[in-house]
Amino acid sequence: MKLREVAELLEAQFLNLEDEGDREIESACAADLLSDILAIKGGPALTVTSNVAPQVVRVAEVMGIPAILYVRGKRPAEEKVVDWATGNGIVLLSTPIPTFEACGRLYLKGIRCSEGKYL
Amino acid sequence: MSSELGVVLYFAVLNSGGLDNVGAVSTEVKRRLQEINVEDGVIRRVSIICFEAEMNLASYADRGGHLKVEVKPDRVEIFVEDDGPGIEDVEQAMTPGYSTAPLWIRELGFGAGLGLPNMEEKSDIFHIESEVGKGTRIHSVVFRRRDAA
Ligand SMILES: Nc1ncnc2c1ncn2[C@@H]1O[C@H](COP(=O)(O)OP(=O)(O)OP(=O)(O)O)[C@@H](O)[C@H]1O
Ligand SMILES: [Mg+2]
Repeated sequence: MKLREVAELLEAQFLNLEDEGDREIESACAADLLSDILAIKGGPALTVTSNVAPQVVRVAEVMGIPAILYVRGKRPAEEKVVDWATGNGIVLLSTPIPTFEACGRLYLKGIRCSEGKYL
Repeated sequence: MSSELGVVLYFAVLNSGGLDNVGAVSTEVKRRLQEINVEDGVIRRVSIICFEAEMNLASYADRGGHLKVEVKPDRVEIFVEDDGPGIEDVEQAMTPGYSTAPLWIRELGFGAGLGLPNMEEKSDIFHIESEVGKGTRIHSVVFRRRDAA
């Protein structure tokens, strides 16, 4: 699924790198604690979070996370955090929708958990 | 740069009294490993290990510490050292969920007590030793396999 389609599906706004809308996302994960984001297994994936601390963007760079989706209309307070993400090629999206609904919509479109299959 | 002989990177991790700089060393490690064409999965694991290490130095070691990354043909070795307060019960510190992180660290979303277990999980070989009043040393090895995720 392209980030552009993710944005459309979730009524989300690109906070940066709008021209990266063609970037493909196959899997996703959701976490608010930085400790949890750092412990996520599997490859790079769209990360759904309500944590707007600048450290989330740092962690994303370290982990090679291609895009962050902030829920509930949140966004980093400082513009320099957005600039830093831009400089490192990390796409930031912000949706007014809460985590559960956002993940549910993505799941229905075929996006699966980046950590593998659970049953 | 000859990868036969290996490349050694040294970093001082300062404790600035906050977490604003946390990640600076790990992202530099990542960049340098990309330059010498270390496999992506290996870089990812090494960067995460370095980030957790950096985070702990900034959180617990009052004077910061040192990080050394050695890139060899078959492996990447990470050495972390500090002369901070040390850990009384290392086994307890390695237990997922155990944390003495102060409130200001928890408010940022750290301090879940998952750092050391995550470092161990991402490593192929992991050793930690610590002495109260002396400091803490960690040695981590990540083997260079093409399939490493
Ligand atoms: N370098 C160190 N010096 C002294 N104590 C340490 C050091 N590293 C870790 N500790 C102790 O071990 C505990 C567990 O560390 P760990 O990294 O696993 O979790 P955390 O830092 O508390 O939380 P998280 O890493 O999930 O944000 C810490 O809370 C701290 O008490
Ligand atoms: Mg930690």
